[in-house]
Amino acid sequence: MLLSPKRSQFLAVSVMWLLAALTLGVLVFIIGFILVQGLPHLTWTFLSESPRSMGREGGILPMIVGTLWVAGLAVLIAGPIGVATAIYLTEYTREGRFTAIIRFGADCLAGIPSIIFGLFGFVFFVITLGMGLSVLSGALTLALMVLPTIVRTSEEAIRAVPKSYRDVSFGLGSTRWQMVTWVVLRCALPGIGTGIVLALGRSISETAAVMLTAGSALGFPRSIYESSRTLALHFYILSREGISMTNAYATASALIIAILAINLFAYWLMRRFVAKVA
Amino acid sequence: MTQTLHTNTQPPPLPTDLPKIVVRNLHASFGQSPVLQNINLDIRPRERLAIIGPASSGKTTFLRTLNRLNDLDHRFSKSGQILLDGQDTYAPYTDLAVLRRRIGMVYAVPIPLPWTIYDNIAYGPRLAGTRNRRQLDHIVESALKAAYLWDEVKDRLKEMATNLSGGQQQRLCVARVLALEPEVLLLDEPCSGLDPISTAKIEDALLQLKTKYSIILVTNNTKQAARASDRTAFFLMGQLIECGPTPNLFTNPKDQRTSDYITGHFG
Repeated sequence: MLLSPKRSQFLAVSVMWLLAALTLGVLVFIIGFILVQGLPHLTWTFLSESPRSMGREGGILPMIVGTLWVAGLAVLIAGPIGVATAIYLTEYTREGRFTAIIRFGADCLAGIPSIIFGLFGFVFFVITLGMGLSVLSGALTLALMVLPTIVRTSEEAIRAVPKSYRDVSFGLGSTRWQMVTWVVLRCALPGIGTGIVLALGRSISETAAVMLTAGSALGFPRSIYESSRTLALHFYILSREGISMTNAYATASALIIAILAINLFAYWLMRRFVAKVA
Repeated sequence: MTQTLHTNTQPPPLPTDLPKIVVRNLHASFGQSPVLQNINLDIRPRERLAIIGPASSGKTTFLRTLNRLNDLDHRFSKSGQILLDGQDTYAPYTDLAVLRRRIGMVYAVPIPLPWTIYDNIAYGPRLAGTRNRRQLDHIVESALKAAYLWDEVKDRLKEMATNLSGGQQQRLCVARVLALEPEVLLLDEPCSGLDPISTAKIEDALLQLKTKYSIILVTNNTKQAARASDRTAFFLMGQLIECGPTPNLFTNPKDQRTSDYITGHFG
């Protein structure tokens, strides 16, 4: 039996609404589940103390510091390289075999499981280059891991800048570099920012790659050459080794709240930027 | 002061009645398809030259060859010579930024950059290194006045240029080019999307600007060519069919194809 146009429309909208609600529902359920388990234990003392007896007691301050170091450094390294690559690919070279290879490489890099990055980082940075289990090894490994994200999102953002803007800029006597810095990057900045925030989020939540490269020392890293445990890895160790499920959930809550805060901050920054530019 | 195009040559002093731009045996193509064939045309100082012709007759390509904007398309190739004040614009070591400042271009669709009115006009001078606020203020004001836009926007220079109406945006684009103090103005169907009043304002501006610049106006509108030019050139399928004083060309065309086009038999 054929449905009337009105009915099929109603049916389609209902199904799509349900599926969308399901997506949101799963997200809310996971976040809610962890926050319900973790929030009661997420106190100021928990955030501001060092862990005692392997994390069974005490807090997570060194892990917060370690996470900031590793993830921040990773984005600081990958950001400029990624954006520069994207600019080169879009503005300075013609589409051809070379760009196709770079793009294919970036896509392959994006598809590699993080544990493989961890293994590579361990063999190359930790052992071969002798950096040891350290913030630096971890940050470099994460930088390699998030590089494709930054390249591809920046590329999309740069490509979205109308071609006519480039004509105008050249027509007014700009060099290519002036055109890139004054027009293209200014217009593409929100998109590039989004990519970098995504990369920061991935770096913060990464576990496998940092376990093998940054190590799992419980203390504060006093320099980038020392080992440091990130929040995500702390959560993994607490739950995997059955040290303390309550502290594990509290750590996870802190992690989730931090990532939500970063995303909100990024949106705020971007809206401010867009309001200024467009 | 005319900036020299080539870093390695000194421009010889030229008498002012020589053509501003000389085009000789110009052939141009994109990939395998020829777009312009054997164009010979002089553009004199302080004249308004209209280029008319049906779609895809090479008018826009011709303009973009003059300021070398076609260089951005890697399929583009050309032979023949283009001289600006006697200097080969396609010579090696040509400073493209200087060339494009001397030959300014306005496009068919108004393209304001997503900035304020002020920043749009000041962009060209800033690219060239002008940083002095007073100087920029002065350039912006006189460019907007010359484009007949000043009275409408003088109190809202800090507003986004994208909020202007279509006709105002196009005059903004004219002002943006004038801020470069060019010697030649290329206008690529500048009124194609505009209402008659905006069109009239742009044509008025062109008449004033003619006293300082050479103007090349590409237009689909033969009436506009008749109104707003001193000489008219007729392009057809990449060839220059005929070029002469506008009144003559419209009343007494030498070529049958020109006559057919301006009387509306094709195109």
